[in-house]
Amino acid sequence: MAYSFFIQMRMELVITGLIFLLLFFKLGKPVSNEVVLTVVSIALLLTTSLSFFGEQEGRQFAGMFVTNPLMFLQKSLLAGAVYLICLLNYDWLRKQEHLAEFFILMLSALLGMFLMISSGNLLMFYLSLELSSIPVAALANFELQKRTSSEAGMKMILSSAFASGILLFGISLVYGSTGTIQFASLPAQLQAGDALQIVAYILFFTGFAFKLSVVPFHFWTADVYEGAPVPVASFLSVVSKGAVAFIFMNIVMKVFLPLGNITYHLLTILAIATIIVGNLFAVRQKNLKRFLAFSSIAQVGFILVGVLNGSTLGIAAVVYFVLVYLFSNLAAFGVVSVITNATGKESVDDYKGLYKNNKLLGWVMAIALFSLAGIPPTAGFFGKLFLIMAGATQASLGFIVIVALNLVVSLFYYLRVVRAIFMDNNEQPLEKVNYSSVVKLGMIICLAGIVLTGLIGWIYEYILSIS
Amino acid sequence: MNLSLLILLPLLTALAVLVVKKPSLVRIISFIGSVLQLGLAIFLYVAYSQERANGNFDTMLFTEQWSIFPSMRISFHLGVDGISVAMIMLTSFVVLAGVLVSWKVEKMTKEFYLLLLLLAMGAYGFFLSLDLFVLFFFLEVAVIPKYLLIGIWGSGKKEYSANKLALMLMGASALVLVGILGVYFAAGKENRTFDILQIVQNVQMSPDAQKIFFPFLFVGFGVFTALFPFHTWVPDGHSSAPTAGSMFLAGISMKLGGYGCLRVATYLLPEGAKEYANIIIILSAIAVLYGAFATMMQKDLKYINAYSSISHCGFVLLGIGMLTKTAITGAVMQMVSHGLMTALFFAVIGMIYERTHTRIVAEMGGLMKAMPFIMTVLFIAGLCSLGLPGFSGFVAEMTVFMGSWENADAFHRIATIAACMSIVVTAVYILRAVGQVAMGPIKASYASLGDASWNEKLAAIVLIIGIVAIGVAPFWLNELVTPGTEVIMNRLGVH
Repeated sequence: MAYSFFIQMRMELVITGLIFLLLFFKLGKPVSNEVVLTVVSIALLLTTSLSFFGEQEGRQFAGMFVTNPLMFLQKSLLAGAVYLICLLNYDWLRKQEHLAEFFILMLSALLGMFLMISSGNLLMFYLSLELSSIPVAALANFELQKRTSSEAGMKMILSSAFASGILLFGISLVYGSTGTIQFASLPAQLQAGDALQIVAYILFFTGFAFKLSVVPFHFWTADVYEGAPVPVASFLSVVSKGAVAFIFMNIVMKVFLPLGNITYHLLTILAIATIIVGNLFAVRQKNLKRFLAFSSIAQVGFILVGVLNGSTLGIAAVVYFVLVYLFSNLAAFGVVSVITNATGKESVDDYKGLYKNNKLLGWVMAIALFSLAGIPPTAGFFGKLFLIMAGATQASLGFIVIVALNLVVSLFYYLRVVRAIFMDNNEQPLEKVNYSSVVKLGMIICLAGIVLTGLIGWIYEYILSIS
Repeated sequence: MNLSLLILLPLLTALAVLVVKKPSLVRIISFIGSVLQLGLAIFLYVAYSQERANGNFDTMLFTEQWSIFPSMRISFHLGVDGISVAMIMLTSFVVLAGVLVSWKVEKMTKEFYLLLLLLAMGAYGFFLSLDLFVLFFFLEVAVIPKYLLIGIWGSGKKEYSANKLALMLMGASALVLVGILGVYFAAGKENRTFDILQIVQNVQMSPDAQKIFFPFLFVGFGVFTALFPFHTWVPDGHSSAPTAGSMFLAGISMKLGGYGCLRVATYLLPEGAKEYANIIIILSAIAVLYGAFATMMQKDLKYINAYSSISHCGFVLLGIGMLTKTAITGAVMQMVSHGLMTALFFAVIGMIYERTHTRIVAEMGGLMKAMPFIMTVLFIAGLCSLGLPGFSGFVAEMTVFMGSWENADAFHRIATIAACMSIVVTAVYILRAVGQVAMGPIKASYASLGDASWNEKLAAIVLIIGIVAIGVAPFWLNELVTPGTEVIMNRLGVH
């Protein structure tokens, strides 16, 4: 038992060890930021790669902790994303006074997500969900001298607490009506027609919708993204969203399978609403961080389209899409981070004529946005298409037509930024922005990911084979 | 013949362009790359004819297939029949000419050629692929280069035009996507495939399903080829684009739509095609006439050619809607002919504009004296456009009309006659515009303008060779295309 415990929880253990190491750093002599960054990046790379070796299937603590190859892959995606965030925001991170605390918070959230993905019952799930969301609120508040940052932290913690409350209410009703909190035994206790269970389920679902910023529970998103530091915003939009999408898929489609009919109706309505509202609001945004916030809301809507298909096809499509989305969104946030860090400008108008002096940044932003819009040859094309294909096995023709036409709307606003970068005239375009080669490395990894993830077919096939 | 070479070559050229720094080197690499493409395309034609002469009557030749996503049966499946060979040759001619006329682009030369080559790659890939997924991939690959070409190097209200084009074409792609998914999911779970040949062989799609999804595919592809009333991107897009951009748009990109209407919509959903044939005929007859009359009112040379493109591409869809072997063959010939002719027209307009800095017909006159070569080319392009025998336009339109006439009922006759009348209108606007530009007294400020440079001459000659080769000896093209149309006719079950 002891041996398999270490093997099966190897990713969680590395992260826990890292958190303790960072705490010890704070105890002793002050350690330079470069050392902290190096240690954290190496540990994150180790975590990412660890998932591919050794035993991957198993249960611990009487089924509280479950793991399988798919979960390992999901965790390694999240760890890899945090690694990329370190690279892309290197210049910002290096300047921080309390870098160790920053990483302690971020890694605790990551640990929470790992445990959440692996959780085997509702209690474990709820605890790890809290672990993954409370540190993020502190992170959003990290730039203490900025009012907007405190505002973001406050909004985050309030909406998070509200969502948790609803979720917990749902969980207690589920327990009350079924008498069990184990994921394994829940499906047998659920009945399609039981009113109490339906109420419980809808409350549970709503809690999730908050975390995923599904319309109409999306109001916190844009404000938090705008106020929070860029690395935190990118963490929120990629890592948090990804983790919740994974577990959402797992719980809604496996544990609450007997209530599939309700799920179907909820999802079709919410997916359409989320895509449309996200798209329409993104059109009007002037601040690039708010813009990316609404675009990520629309992307969540597309994820819901894939969730509609509860079988392996849908799971594979969602995981694959998150992989693609991770590269694309992090690259876009990376450019925002570089420019905000160097000039403090973050409105779309400031990006006019960016290409003139910053060729690489211009291309990275454009390709990332094309990938988000789902234009080939970027991987975003494949990601969107597989989601739609997975959804099309269940949904009606009208639903698919609306989703497909929304691709056009999303292209419209992504092109606005591309147009600003390449075409619009500006008397004073941004000067050449300096950034370190680490950031450049991060951008190149993202670009490679955006191009290759789609064109190399076996990546998707591998995901499908383990889902 | 290894077909993937045709996709790899533009891609490698683009990568080479990306690496080098000096603009002159960029031009030379692109030039060599596009000459090689033309060589490959001609080689493909020769190899294809030999294979057919040797008695190989498979539907598709030189097929190659690599599985990409085996679980969804998506594979990189290439193959050609006569129709694709014709389209590939057209593409290679236009690409070479486009590279040549852009010799003087100074602004971001590298990016310009990079995008041109990516656009070419998209077109080759589209014409070669036998897998709906891959075909759709290449269809969309071509959208963004167009957007950037117009938006960055264009003129006039370029941002508006670029946006309009990108959004309309994306909307069209969305419709195509729904149609393709419809075809995919119509099959039973075990038979689901994106492979065109396997769909034809194994999948029995119910007539009702065909009738639902045919409009998605046909309208989707139709937008690319200026199907009325979705033609509005054409005038803006073409007139704002840089010269090579207009040539690619009208010469290649609009043909993607025609090819898709034929190969995907009509071939895969024959029942749908029969159901909607009359609507297609009405819409395309309107496009033919409307385009012609709208051209009469234009004062700008680029707008003249853009609106006349709507009219000419109407013949392509008219030919497809007629559902007879001759008419469909004519439609393909019209695609090739119009591609070459309109590329030549836009090239000449670009040359004129570069010298006179105006495209307004009324402001020009007597240019024959200053630039005899360019004006001769303008005459050739004009005469081809109005369908003078000896040029490709006549052959293609004639074939469409003959095919249309095979339908003996009043409806088809009236549509044919209506479309025929557009030729008179075409003659009016072409002769008026060309005459006004070339003849009459020359303005003093234009008298000292120089004639075409070597690269412009070469570009024009390449295209004129294509036009005359079809116009004087149309049989080779007819022979090339007919087996391909026969396959489609067999599938339609009408003869």
